[in-house]
Amino acid sequence: MKHTLLTLTALILGGAFAQGTLLNVSYDPTREMYVEFNEAFNAYWQGQGNEAVTVQQSHGGSGSQARAVIDGLEADVVTLALAGDVDEIASQGLISEDWQTRLPNNSAPYTSTIVFLVRTGNPEGIQDWDDLIKEGVEVITPNPKTSGGARWNFLAAWNYALEQNGGDEAAAQEFVTQLYQNVPVLDSGARGSTTTFVERGIGDVLLAWENEAFLAVNELGEGEFEIVVPPTSILAEPPVAVVDANVDDNGTREVAEAYLDFLYTEEGQDIAARNYYRPRLESVAAQYAGQFPEVNLFTIDDAFGGWAEAQPKFFDDGGVFDQIYVPQ
Amino acid sequence: MLARLRKPLRKPSVIPGFGLTLGFTVAYLSVLVLIPFAALGLKASGVGWSGFLDIVTDARVQAAFRVSFGCAFLAACINAVFGLLVTWVLVRYSFPGKRIIDALVDLPFALPTAVAGIALTTLYAQNGPIGGLVEPLGWRIAYTPLGITIALVFIGLPFVVRTVQPVLQDLEKEVEEASASLGANRWQTFSKVVLPTLFPPLLTGFALAFARAVGEYGSVVFISGNMPMKTEIVPLLIIGRLEQYDYAGATAIAVLMLLASFLLLFLVNMLQSWSQSRTRA
Amino acid sequence: MITTTTATTQRPATGTLPQATAEPVWVRVLLTTVALFFLALFLAAPLYIVFSQALSDGFALYLAALTNPDALAAVRLTLLVALIVVPLNLAFGVAAAWAITKFEFLGKGVLLTLIDLPFAVSPVIAGLIFVLLFGAQGVLGPWLDEMDIKIIFAVPGIVLATLFITFPFVARELIPLMQEQGTEEEEAARVLGAGGWATFWRVTLPNIRWGLLYGLILCNARAMGEFGAVSVVSGKIRGLTNTMPLHVEILYNEYNLAAAFAVASLLTLLALVTLVIKSVVEWQGERQRAAALEMRAEEA
Repeated sequence: MKHTLLTLTALILGGAFAQGTLLNVSYDPTREMYVEFNEAFNAYWQGQGNEAVTVQQSHGGSGSQARAVIDGLEADVVTLALAGDVDEIASQGLISEDWQTRLPNNSAPYTSTIVFLVRTGNPEGIQDWDDLIKEGVEVITPNPKTSGGARWNFLAAWNYALEQNGGDEAAAQEFVTQLYQNVPVLDSGARGSTTTFVERGIGDVLLAWENEAFLAVNELGEGEFEIVVPPTSILAEPPVAVVDANVDDNGTREVAEAYLDFLYTEEGQDIAARNYYRPRLESVAAQYAGQFPEVNLFTIDDAFGGWAEAQPKFFDDGGVFDQIYVPQ
Repeated sequence: MLARLRKPLRKPSVIPGFGLTLGFTVAYLSVLVLIPFAALGLKASGVGWSGFLDIVTDARVQAAFRVSFGCAFLAACINAVFGLLVTWVLVRYSFPGKRIIDALVDLPFALPTAVAGIALTTLYAQNGPIGGLVEPLGWRIAYTPLGITIALVFIGLPFVVRTVQPVLQDLEKEVEEASASLGANRWQTFSKVVLPTLFPPLLTGFALAFARAVGEYGSVVFISGNMPMKTEIVPLLIIGRLEQYDYAGATAIAVLMLLASFLLLFLVNMLQSWSQSRTRA
Repeated sequence: MITTTTATTQRPATGTLPQATAEPVWVRVLLTTVALFFLALFLAAPLYIVFSQALSDGFALYLAALTNPDALAAVRLTLLVALIVVPLNLAFGVAAAWAITKFEFLGKGVLLTLIDLPFAVSPVIAGLIFVLLFGAQGVLGPWLDEMDIKIIFAVPGIVLATLFITFPFVARELIPLMQEQGTEEEEAARVLGAGGWATFWRVTLPNIRWGLLYGLILCNARAMGEFGAVSVVSGKIRGLTNTMPLHVEILYNEYNLAAAFAVASLLTLLALVTLVIKSVVEWQGERQRAAALEMRAEEA
């Protein structure tokens, strides 16, 4: 009885984290990867003569996870979907403004891209972004207002159209408008869209992160789907950062930095690649070259001037995306 | 002391506990409702009056309000009719498995809304067991306002059944017998004696089901399809604003929604005490 | 009131007018069929989906999903939250219903509507208001930080959000019932010299116990099943601040459908257990009532 009471009290007051723990606040699709990674990191960390560390994980939509950190969730490190979300935490003074230059490769240890998932045999013959606006093709993509992943989809389509039309923004607007007219269901999140496409059998093509498309092909319906990689797409760079204010409070800076550094080691990169993220390290990339086809990738910084520019222009209220749905 | 101060504001009564119960009620409500909502109002005031007007007059926001309130109203009507029927059958008739079915009514409370949304979408999508049945007729349920309504019927049903049920259970059969012995037929007894007694709880159940449906997010996002101007609900707009870190805009829409719901509930409560005093008299 | 009392003591010969106090058989059958069809469509079908999906990978995997340490931690947290929330809301519900139904006072309509408010608030907003109040950027955030008190993203925040969502249930269940019953019995008890508590325990409570029970069950079911509000304030740390509904969503988002539905089915079973308890209590009550009636009949 006494014991249960103590546990109850501990549970109720258990806000303060015990020593030897690290909280990684991340987005939805990375869970499997970080379970594997945490184990590897612990082995490495103890091998360096340190005490074992319990890494706690929190997963959710990238934007709402960033908001939770801003509102007081004591994350030691964040591993999110968009640099814009980390910027937002930085703008509240929790992370140093120069966070993106503190680690190699824009602080994005692994990358991904946007690909097409189609039904086996590709009955609609979808090969490139052009094919998505054909009459009668149903495209499944989540709502960019509520899903970080959907913003990558939108920007990839936009930039394709812009390049095809020699930088004519009106033409690009026309292209994305036609594209979204082919979208019958706008789910609120990426995984909702995958379910709509896979389980409900709606749509001819799903715009998806490459890692999610691999998951769908390998685990959700073997032999039912295939991946089509368009000739050009966007380089998605999911960023990682130490939350300075929190690690200084918790005294966890050393282990938090070691944790992120470990993502760049051969072992960390190998875990990322096994979970279908494109590794940065040449040696690991070469090993997995068969898994990831060559794509002509453009970055958000080159094409759009970074998230700080792209977010308000395209996705804030009254932005380009909202224009698509202005009633005629 | 407090009770004495309030005395001029209330009718005298021999029943004790006014100060204690009202004091506790108001204190509890202050901690849980009034103070938090003051914080909400404070945040919403950040958009200013013109910002607020911009939001209110935006075509997308208006369309979302129409969808949310329209579907919620329709669902609450369906629930009022079928909820009363279900309650009647559960209280007055006996048939095998009644207890189990009675228990089942609470399912919408126990099932996390996301699970409910997924299960309903599985059922009512074009390739689902029920959606597939109506597909050949050219009907679509999931990803249309009809789908939203179905989800809202699901989450609202227990409100009606569980508010009407205790009153119907306590309704003494003798009153009906008296009415019958005075020469009323069954329908007259039902409509003149039973229904007026059930009306206040039914109205409460309707209002609660409606109010709950207006704010529902978790189950609806799966089945609605979230198409702007067509099946986009107000809570989704709020989430959208939050995603762009626009707390003020999000809370402004929330406050607007809250005002509408509050007004409606207030009207229903007034209507109820009116009908109460009428049946008493 | 007087008519009812006479009716109870001098039961009219019930057997003589069967068709006047009960519907014809065909009406009964029709109504029952329609009601059952409606329930099958809206309740039984989703329930079937939950269990069939939960067991789709076999019973062994079903059990494995439930005994996973993270799932167990979620079950513990959910039960703990319900254990704190339900008694508090019981006290509130009785107090509020008493104040509202036994007295006439100014501002009653507003008070009633305030009690209904949580039903009208989108659960997401319900969570958000507590973040706006207690979050790091919130009104009380800096002060809480100084005192080293954690509310949001810890158990107190989850309890608060759940309290908010579920406090109307008991009150809402009792108010129409107590309104229906009026104040005569309590007034009589007082006139006969009973104290305040005695009046409540001996006169009011026996009259409202079914409503009270329903209210508790609803409050409990909703407290265990709440998702939207809790998801905003929980922080979703696995094994620490994840409640069962949040765990269900996480599993679903991992494409672990069978496990997600397994935990959901457990939530459903928990709700069904409370309903079994309700049925037992009801049955006991009926038996007692019948025994009391018999006694009275013998005395007469």
